Amino acid sequence: MTTTSAVISVRGLGKSFGKLEVLKGIDLDLMPGEVLGVIGPSGSGKSTLIRCLNMMEVPTAGEVRFQGRPVTPKFRGRGGAIGTGELRRKVGMVFQHFNLFPHLTVLGNITAGPTKVLGESRAEAEAHAMDLLGQVGLADKAKAYPAHLSGGQKQRVAIARSLAMRPEVLLLDEVTSALDPELVGEVLAVIRRLADTGMTMVLVTHEMGFAADVASRVLFMEGGRIAEEGSAEQILRNPTSERLRSFLSRFHS
Amino acid sequence: MTYHWDFYTVMQSFDLMLWGVWITFVYTLGSILIGIVVGAASCYARLSRFWWLRLISRSYQELFRCTPLLVQILWAYYALPMLLGISISNTTAGLLTLSLYVGSFYAEIFRGGILAVDKGQREASAAIGMSSVQSMRYIIMPQAIKNMLPAFINQSVIQLKNTSLLYAISIAELTYMTSVVTSESYRPLEAYSLAAVLYFAMLFPLTQIADHFERRMRRSD
Ligand SMILES: Nc1ncnc2c1ncn2[C@@H]1O[C@H](COP(=O)(O)OP(=O)(O)OP(=O)(O)O)[C@@H](O)[C@H]1O
Ligand SMILES: [Mg+2]
Repeated sequence: MTTTSAVISVRGLGKSFGKLEVLKGIDLDLMPGEVLGVIGPSGSGKSTLIRCLNMMEVPTAGEVRFQGRPVTPKFRGRGGAIGTGELRRKVGMVFQHFNLFPHLTVLGNITAGPTKVLGESRAEAEAHAMDLLGQVGLADKAKAYPAHLSGGQKQRVAIARSLAMRPEVLLLDEVTSALDPELVGEVLAVIRRLADTGMTMVLVTHEMGFAADVASRVLFMEGGRIAEEGSAEQILRNPTSERLRSFLSRFHS
Repeated sequence: MTYHWDFYTVMQSFDLMLWGVWITFVYTLGSILIGIVVGAASCYARLSRFWWLRLISRSYQELFRCTPLLVQILWAYYALPMLLGISISNTTAGLLTLSLYVGSFYAEIFRGGILAVDKGQREASAAIGMSSVQSMRYIIMPQAIKNMLPAFINQSVIQLKNTSLLYAISIAELTYMTSVVTSESYRPLEAYSLAAVLYFAMLFPLTQIADHFERRMRRSD
């Protein structure tokens, strides 16, 4: 099996909220350098799945492994298991609504993790932050507060904040769906460049064109299960099943 | 009839009034500091996952918020010693009651400030590997403090004025000292007017400083 080389592997993953069973036995291997697109109708469990990967949601069945080590929902791992503290340093997450820290400047947002969590010096963290801000095209906004940024700028800062932790995997949950249409492009461009540098990513998205373009593999989720899985070409351009075809038809204008 | 203002006699006892200002200040600051500790503990208990901690905290808050402060002060000084069979000085009774009273209001102010922070903030700080303590310290609290500051200052201003009730158990704060000066000088109008000016002179600069800090904290908006 290939599980040994997978960064994240998921077996029999289930998640219920009370009686509502949202994920029903998910198996998944995320390979290094892979960009995994996750698509599917609203309520199919895409967010829940991606949130189980960094233990934002605690699975109610099955297991998640990171680099072969079982993941526990505790902050500190024990006996070979990896706790959420270490896991989240290595698996970054970008949110739909950015969730920037409003009381900190852009620079403060990006350096908070490296200085408080990784123990980097302020100078070191700021140098890295400025470098990242350059990469997302916001070097001139270092001293600005989030309230003074556009949605697209906020999301680019949020991506830089995640990257500042030097993660091995980045989880992105519909990171462009809260944005005005004209601001989507600038965020997608940043993700595109990340993909080109070989960053391993899981990308929940409704941007089918972008998924087709950037994802190396695509999952189609439905009713808490992976209904189809394959290369972006296969899933998005030549869908075979009727359900997937009807789902995709809603995105072709 | 025109009243002949005569501040001269009152001013001869001005040192007594200033002593009252000092004592007022000491009780205000002391009870605010203890109140912050008590309020923080009570707030923490209210947010706990143990129902009995929440119940104890809630009961304390309601008890102190729903009875008059003057009754609490008198009760602590006259009734509590009988109940416990010990003597309690007016200093202890006064400081304790004021602290617990303000603490019960602070607790709810603190809780409101924390709950008003968007839950995405906790998630985002957890997502970069912060522990819940780090998240509280670096992300939630700074925002919560900003949320709660106006109500906190308001309550603290009221607290300074509430120290005047210590008059009832003969603590030498400003109102009590004013009554002393009045009985010596027979000049209640001048004495109590002066007291009002002194209270104002204590509070007005404080509210100005508070406004200044509030504006500074709003820089990020
Ligand atoms: N914390 C929660 N408590 C209860 N139910 C929840 C919770 N989070 C999600 N759900 C439910 O789980 C189901 C799947 O939600 P999820 O957010 O994973 O779907 P999704 O595929 O991301 O949908 P969307 O495209 O709308 O974002 C939904 O029915 C949702 O209402
Ligand atoms: Mg979702």
